[in-house]
Amino acid sequence: MAATAETVKTVKSVTDEYKHGFVTDIEVERAPRGLNEDVIRFISEKKNEPAWMLEWRLKAYRTWVERFLPASDPTWARVTYPQIDYQNAYYYAAPKTKERPKSLDEIDPALLRTYEKLGIPLKEQEMLAGVAVDAIFDSISVATTYKEKLAEMGIIFCSFSEAVQEHPELVREYLGTVVPYADNFFATLNSAAFSDGSFVYIPPGVRCPMELSTYFRINAENTGQFERTLIIADKGSYVSYLEGCTAPMRDENQLHAAVVELITLDDAEIKYSTIQNWYPGDENGKGGIYNFVTKRGACRGKYSKISWTQVETGAAITWKYPSCILQGDNSVGEFSSVAITNNYQQADTGTKMIHIGKNTRSTIISKGIAAGHGQNTYRGLVRVLPKATNARNYTQCDSLLLGDKCGAHTVPYIEVRNRTAKVEHEATTSKISDDQLFYCKQRGLSAEDAVTMIVNGFCKQVLQELPMEFAVEAQKLVGISLEGSVG
Amino acid sequence: MLEIKNLHARVDGQQILQGIDISIKAGEVHAIMGPNGSGKSTLAFVLAGREGYEITQGEVLFEGRNLAEMKPEERAREGIFLAFQYPVEIPGVSGMNFLKSALNVTRKYRGLSELDAIEFLKLAREKLKLLGMDEKLIQRAVNVGFSGGEKKRSEVFQMAVLEPKLAVLDETDSGLDIDALKIVANGINTLRNPDRAMLIITHYQRLLNYVIPDKVHVLAEGRIVRSGGKELALELEDKGYAMLDSADANAAA
Repeated sequence: MAATAETVKTVKSVTDEYKHGFVTDIEVERAPRGLNEDVIRFISEKKNEPAWMLEWRLKAYRTWVERFLPASDPTWARVTYPQIDYQNAYYYAAPKTKERPKSLDEIDPALLRTYEKLGIPLKEQEMLAGVAVDAIFDSISVATTYKEKLAEMGIIFCSFSEAVQEHPELVREYLGTVVPYADNFFATLNSAAFSDGSFVYIPPGVRCPMELSTYFRINAENTGQFERTLIIADKGSYVSYLEGCTAPMRDENQLHAAVVELITLDDAEIKYSTIQNWYPGDENGKGGIYNFVTKRGACRGKYSKISWTQVETGAAITWKYPSCILQGDNSVGEFSSVAITNNYQQADTGTKMIHIGKNTRSTIISKGIAAGHGQNTYRGLVRVLPKATNARNYTQCDSLLLGDKCGAHTVPYIEVRNRTAKVEHEATTSKISDDQLFYCKQRGLSAEDAVTMIVNGFCKQVLQELPMEFAVEAQKLVGISLEGSVG
Repeated sequence: MLEIKNLHARVDGQQILQGIDISIKAGEVHAIMGPNGSGKSTLAFVLAGREGYEITQGEVLFEGRNLAEMKPEERAREGIFLAFQYPVEIPGVSGMNFLKSALNVTRKYRGLSELDAIEFLKLAREKLKLLGMDEKLIQRAVNVGFSGGEKKRSEVFQMAVLEPKLAVLDETDSGLDIDALKIVANGINTLRNPDRAMLIITHYQRLLNYVIPDKVHVLAEGRIVRSGGKELALELEDKGYAMLDSADANAAA
């Protein structure tokens, strides 16, 4: 842990606070400000999309305008923010290049430097770590590494736009089948205006040999980012996918409304891990990302499994509920979450476990940490439908408070319609005690190191679910995001 | 090494220590004995710098430096170690990780290189062997689910790894059965050396059967009422703390 403390210090010495708060100066091509059918046509045309794709976008747009917009943003979550002016944002921004780069050598060096600062091993020689990265820079996917190697195994890992061109049959078959285009305010907005994202298909019986990873980054000013990810694990396959997110420091708020859909067929497994470190705003709550994300997975096949692991340390507001629809008999859903709110950050996050098939099992582990004036809410639904005989759920929600101006809230919804189901819910709330802090200090640790260590201990159960190379990163983030929370 | 001069201290507005003078040289082991509420643990916390323990008069010098000007973590890094009477649990943090971090901040502070996980484990195993303790002590989360004896052993083990200049042991013998007491006493004796000073705080004399002190001080109502050699502990054992009343009477007479 001393290594962690040291990293925190190093990071602090490089920039004062937010490590990823730099802006890359490159030329950007944008759609006109605001959202209307013309802008959607513009986006679709830029991407050279087939007619069915444009139609799908337009259907979503019309639903958004007619059904959702009049009713305004969802208000049931425990978050507050000023009304977003949806007509004042850009919905498409792309680095200007004459043509799409064919290899890394053709990519703007400024872009590559940005990724280097972020610590993404984009260059081939740095790829030995075994991470294949699909890097999203604002709206277009810049480079997809390792693609060919994976292709030899029949694995498709590419940008969403590319998938629309190269694998339209797969996209058409699965797109919107887990998160329908009319699902909710933000998902519908995404369905209309999504810019790019990642697409993964793992063929039957294949175990993906490396972690697949997407690094999202919002760069251009006043740009909403609406990426869309679709992952399909065919029968008996396995994939572990990681997304990491950062954004530059800006005074105004930026909207990030992504959609992620996961599908597992018989005996398949998807492990989806997120490290979310969007700019959280400054210590007075100015600026920061609105992270309004819809993530859902469908365990379609028997004995299939989807596990979500998330470490949410950034964003001014987080509104997300990675969920599992357990359709296949004996399928398994897991949700493990660490959410940290410091300063004026707000998080309303949790999951939905929908038990449809027989013998379906789900586990929910939520660790919420609130510091400063942060507000941290766990909101989760466990629903057992009449046919889900022997369904089983275990939920554990732990909250840790630092200081006396923050809040932790737990809102579990449990709906059981089958008598054989077993559902358990446990919740605790605790504070870091003076005894613990003094004990650590007496052994030479600073208050900051002590808090980092204690909080990491509190989160351990979740952090150990992350792929190894990212668990270390996550531990550091926990420390960085709690800076200034103890006197 | 440690000079406590006319020390007065209060906790929560209540005056607990009312003028203490103790001087400990490197290599010496002093015992402080006294009845409950005499101020023994307060003295330990004042030395370690716990918040809320306020020095109102007098001073404490550690190697010539005024302790009041040093933060608790700085005192620790300078070589003051407190074995807690009630070591606190830290869930999810392995003993190994905790102690490695503590050792490395201290080493760094002293300009030494930090130990990596393998080097640390080697060191930890040596110390465990030296003390006759089990490795599971560092594999579990810090003090979580430890028995009373395990907690005290763990404190002695931490002391062995951190190699302090001054060790303050606050009732490290309390709540131990005779076998555990012997292990702890053996540990303390093993760590006794000419460069290290120790201050053993205890209610009972029995630990001092195994760890022979150079000096014994008797604390009552925030004052040192008697100081003497190891025989003073035996006298206390024999007569009980009631003898202090007559001592006070003698002093007053």
